[in-house]
Amino acid sequence: MATLHTRSAARLMMAPSVLLLFIWMIVPLVTTIYFSLLNYNLLMPGEHEFIGLTNYKFFLTDPAFFDALINTLLIVVGVLLITVVGGIAFALLLNQDIFGQGIVRVLVIAPFFVMPTVAALVWKNMFMNPVNGLFAYLAKMLGLEPFDWLASAPLMSIIIIVAWQWLPFATLIMLTALQSLDEEQQEAAEMDGAGPISKFIYIILPHMARAITVVILIETIFLLSVFAEILVTTNGGPGTQSTNLTFLVYSQALLQFDIGGASAGGIVAVILANIVAIFLVRLVGKNLEA
Amino acid sequence: MARRVSTRRKAIMTAVAWVLALLIFFPILWTFLTSFKSEADAIASPPQFLFFQWTTENYAEVQSRSDYLHHFLNSVVISFGSTLLGLIIAIPSAWAMAFAPTKRTKDVLMWMLSTKMMPPVGALIPIFLIFRNTGLLDSRVGLVIVLTLINLPIIVWMLYTYFKEIPGEILEAARMDGASLAKEIVYVLTPMAIPGIASTLLLNVILAWNEAFWTLNLTASEAAPLTAFIASYSSPEGLFYAKLSAASTMAIAPILILGWFSQKQLVRGLTFGAVK
Repeated sequence: MATLHTRSAARLMMAPSVLLLFIWMIVPLVTTIYFSLLNYNLLMPGEHEFIGLTNYKFFLTDPAFFDALINTLLIVVGVLLITVVGGIAFALLLNQDIFGQGIVRVLVIAPFFVMPTVAALVWKNMFMNPVNGLFAYLAKMLGLEPFDWLASAPLMSIIIIVAWQWLPFATLIMLTALQSLDEEQQEAAEMDGAGPISKFIYIILPHMARAITVVILIETIFLLSVFAEILVTTNGGPGTQSTNLTFLVYSQALLQFDIGGASAGGIVAVILANIVAIFLVRLVGKNLEA
Repeated sequence: MARRVSTRRKAIMTAVAWVLALLIFFPILWTFLTSFKSEADAIASPPQFLFFQWTTENYAEVQSRSDYLHHFLNSVVISFGSTLLGLIIAIPSAWAMAFAPTKRTKDVLMWMLSTKMMPPVGALIPIFLIFRNTGLLDSRVGLVIVLTLINLPIIVWMLYTYFKEIPGEILEAARMDGASLAKEIVYVLTPMAIPGIASTLLLNVILAWNEAFWTLNLTASEAAPLTAFIASYSSPEGLFYAKLSAASTMAIAPILILGWFSQKQLVRGLTFGAVK
């Protein structure tokens, strides 16, 4: 029974983390909003005059912004498509009765533990390099022209690299969900004459709805802010072909020292992420209640 | 009756699964193999798979040329430091939420999760400037603070889902037997909470070890953990495949091993207990 005493003790115990997170959220946010209204460049010392929404106007009308927005969405949607579909397929396969299931699982999970900079550099140099990469070798072996992945299709290459890192995560979660599927229910469906496809649509997929939701939620949080993979492979280029919002703001702040403009970009990114978040939290909140 | 699967079907499924799994694992295997090659063998055409002159000189050279151990130590300090600090802050909150929940507990948890959705670029500029002005830039302390804060919501959530599974009846039984609050915590709750705390620790060390936004933006050389150290290979050193591979292998091996041990907790932890 929660008494008044334990309730205030509980509040006290929660205070540090709630307070710290609140500060962590509010201080940078307010400061960023403040900076975004100033004409503030690290290369120009002196007064930072108040210029209202000018930074926003410049940021939003910059063609790079539109490119970055599209690229951000393409990365999120592209990686989600590959990992969710691939993850379900893989989970179905691994859930079969196969020899060495434990080892296969360990192999499949491994890429998730590889740090982003290592993943990106290994793919960039040892696989996608048009001269010495393995893909170039395979292409030559098949009599094809080697393809310069990161120069000709930078965004797709980044999507492939990021998807490689997240496929294990999706697979693992889908597999865990599959393993709790009721065997008897499947047998009953089979007795009623359900083929593999209708079994998948009417029994397996609904059972996995929650796992799929969770995968989408968590991956989206991370995918909206893909950064290291872009930094070490293409640096956002050529042009803005592989620049996402995170990278655009980074380059304005730390490469062009335009604090005001980058802050406006940061706020735009926060607003967009919030729109996605509101939508997702609703969805997940509903799915997690049960 | 268990369902019988024909041997032939099982063999085919096994083959397909192994081929796909090896394809997914291949980049890691290839990095590992390349790390033992000479630079010439590393770019040989056709690629050398196993029959090359094995050498460990790349490892020695990565260490002697760029002081790998220094960055390794940075990674250890930053990932364990931020996780332990996070646990100290999070354990009381998760405890309170699990054992003395109020109507608002769910909202607080959801709010914490939502702070994770704030893109890091929204905070990058003020944090960067504050760090620059206070000398925290390129310092381990600074990174420990930032990583503690960004992982705090995950730590609270994970602990909460573990604590919630400790049955409340046990507490009542202990209380009936006359245990004081202190005894209750030491003898009853702690032993039951330790597995959950251990898996939270493990997972957050992995997450902090691989964090690559703040570590790249807030360090230069002194406090650079392995993520930033490897990024320095992006060009032109990255073209020395054997050395890149040796550095990469050393950067991922410890976490790969930890990760394999934590597979089971991984699902639960990363899905905030929604998928078990």
